[in-house]
Amino acid sequence: MNIHWQSFSDFLAMGGYGLYVWGSFGVTALILALEPMLAVRRRRGLLLRLGRQLRAERG
Amino acid sequence: MNNRLINWFKYASPQSFYPLAGKLIPWFAAAAVVFGAAGLWLGLAVAPTDFQQGEGYRIIFVHVPASWMSMFIYLVMAFWAGLGLAYNTRLSGMMAQALAPTGALMAFLSLWTGALWGKPMWGTWWVWDARLTSELILLFLYIGFIALQASIDDPRRADKAGAVLALVGVVNIPIIYFSVKWWNTLHQGSSVSLTKSPSMAALMLWGMLLMALAFWMYSIAVALYRVRGIMLERERGSEWVKSVLQAEGTK
Repeated sequence: MNIHWQSFSDFLAMGGYGLYVWGSFGVTALILALEPMLAVRRRRGLLLRLGRQLRAERG
Repeated sequence: MNNRLINWFKYASPQSFYPLAGKLIPWFAAAAVVFGAAGLWLGLAVAPTDFQQGEGYRIIFVHVPASWMSMFIYLVMAFWAGLGLAYNTRLSGMMAQALAPTGALMAFLSLWTGALWGKPMWGTWWVWDARLTSELILLFLYIGFIALQASIDDPRRADKAGAVLALVGVVNIPIIYFSVKWWNTLHQGSSVSLTKSPSMAALMLWGMLLMALAFWMYSIAVALYRVRGIMLERERGSEWVKSVLQAEGTK
């Protein structure tokens, strides 16, 4: 289980495929971070809205 | 009736599924992080160079899990949709609705990472071959399902319309899966094989399986999180939602 890379720049370069490899991992990471963040925001908004409705209903 | 049957039905109602889902989400999220970290470590730090594709093959560690999930989520979504059509259960439509956005994102990621892999290996971002085209159709099926449901105000009718679309679209899944065998496609068959060079392929295979598990756990966590919101929204008039809202309000 040795680390495959000689140096950090070696790691970033990905043997010349850096753009493609990091373009894939980067966009995947972005989406998998954004989706939960948006879901949390949406839920907070929903709870506020439903809470307000409930209070209005009960007067 | 025996106990197991009663328990099964117990969780089929939104008011008992809601707290169960709430308890499960942190575990699935934690599992996604752990498997993801292990998979990234194997895939990006430890796994050796591929003898044909150099370092470019590492895209496999996100491409294959995203592609698998895009197909698998669709099957689960269609299963729930079909269940809802057949038995008119409340939970089914909510589950299908909760899964669609994650499935669409997985289909998009599959196409995106596929394009970034295709360019250096085949010399093109895109070709209209059977595998790529049917995956694009899968993305459109997800988007169509979401748009159709959003366009119908009555949730029960939206569920039914969505379910019909989802079930018709199931035909596409075996087409995607077997396309590389049925037609002469540019897309290769399975690239990780244990027969080539066992010790080397094993690390790659494990990295890929761990990433697939991470994507799996992620999808379950996000879908459960989303379904809880849909439950509150759809059942907002009911007593159980009111008590949930009160409990949330006092936090």
